[in-house]
Amino acid sequence: MPNEIHNDSFSVAGREFTSRLLVGTGKYKDMQETRDAIDTSGAEIVTIAVRRTNIGQNKDEPNILEVLPPSEFTYLPNTAGCFDAQTAVRTCRLARELLDGHNLVKLEVLGDEKTLFPDVVQTLQAAEELINDGFDVMVYTNDDPIMAKRLEEMGCVAVMPLAAPIGSGLGIRNRLNIRTIVENAKVPILVDAGVGTASDAAVAMELGCDGVLMNTAIAAAQNPVLMASAMKKAIQAGREAYLAGRMPAKRFASASSPVDSLFF
Amino acid sequence: MQIYLNGEEKQIPANLDMAGLIGLLELTGQRIAVEVNEELVPRSGFEGHPIKANDRVEIIHAVGGG
Repeated sequence: MPNEIHNDSFSVAGREFTSRLLVGTGKYKDMQETRDAIDTSGAEIVTIAVRRTNIGQNKDEPNILEVLPPSEFTYLPNTAGCFDAQTAVRTCRLARELLDGHNLVKLEVLGDEKTLFPDVVQTLQAAEELINDGFDVMVYTNDDPIMAKRLEEMGCVAVMPLAAPIGSGLGIRNRLNIRTIVENAKVPILVDAGVGTASDAAVAMELGCDGVLMNTAIAAAQNPVLMASAMKKAIQAGREAYLAGRMPAKRFASASSPVDSLFF
Repeated sequence: MQIYLNGEEKQIPANLDMAGLIGLLELTGQRIAVEVNEELVPRSGFEGHPIKANDRVEIIHAVGGG
C-alpha cells in the first residue's frame, strides 16, 4: 500500500481518526440494523441526538449508547431539531452532562422546516456561546465560503457545509463553493447532509474534503448494510484520487498508445 | 404539588428532591440528563436539589440521530 494511504489519518480537536466517514444513527429499522450498518461503514465517529425520556414506557428498549458503546465509538451529539441558538446551547449542555463531560458536539441551528437550511445568524451566536463554555464545536452550515471562514475564525474545530438539504440525497449542488471552502480552510472541512449515493461521497472527497457525514444515504437505502460498504469504499476511493492528483481535463482526445513507429 | 415533567403536568409529593423524583420515576442509575427551568442540574447535584411547584423538569436521554 502506498505510504500516502497508510499514514492518512484525520484529526479533529486533537483526536485522531482513521475513517473519514462519519455516520448518523437515526432512521434505521432497528438497533441491530443500526449496528450492522455502522460496523460495515467503518465509521469511528457517530452522531446521536438527545430527546425526552419516555417516562414509564419502553424500559427494556435497547439504548443507543449500549448498542454503540463509547469504548468503540466517538460520540458526536447533535442539536438537530433546534431552531434557535438558546435551545441548541441547552441541548449541548445536556449532552455533555449525559456523556460525562464529553465536549465534542455537532452544532446545527435550523432556519426552516421545509429546507432544514441552517440559520446562520443563530448558528454564529450559538457557536460563540458554546466555544466560550469549553465545547469543541463541529458546525453545520451553508455551502458559503464567507460563513465557513467566519466559523473557523471563531474557533469551531471543524466546519461542515451541506452538500444539499438534509435527507434530500441530491448530492453536491455547488462543487465550486465546496472547493473554495476547502482551499480557504485550516480546520477540517466535512460535507454534512445531502449525499445520496456513493459517487456523491467520492466527489466530496475528490474536492479535498477531510470527510463526509451522512445518515439517510445509508439508512434509507434498500439495503443499508450494503450501502454502508459502498460508502466506505467511495470515501477511500475519493480520498486516494484527491491525494493522487487527477490529470487535467482536456476538451479533445490524447492518444494513449504511442503515435510513432506505426507500421502502416 | 404540580410540576411539568417533559412538558406534561404531573402531581408529585411535596418536599421531594431531584434524587427522590428520579427514584419515583424508576430512573435511578439510568443514563439521563436533567434540566429544571432550562438550567442544567448535574447528576452530582440531584441529591438535595429542591423541586418547587410549577418547575419545568426535562429528563432526556440519547437516541439515534443524524
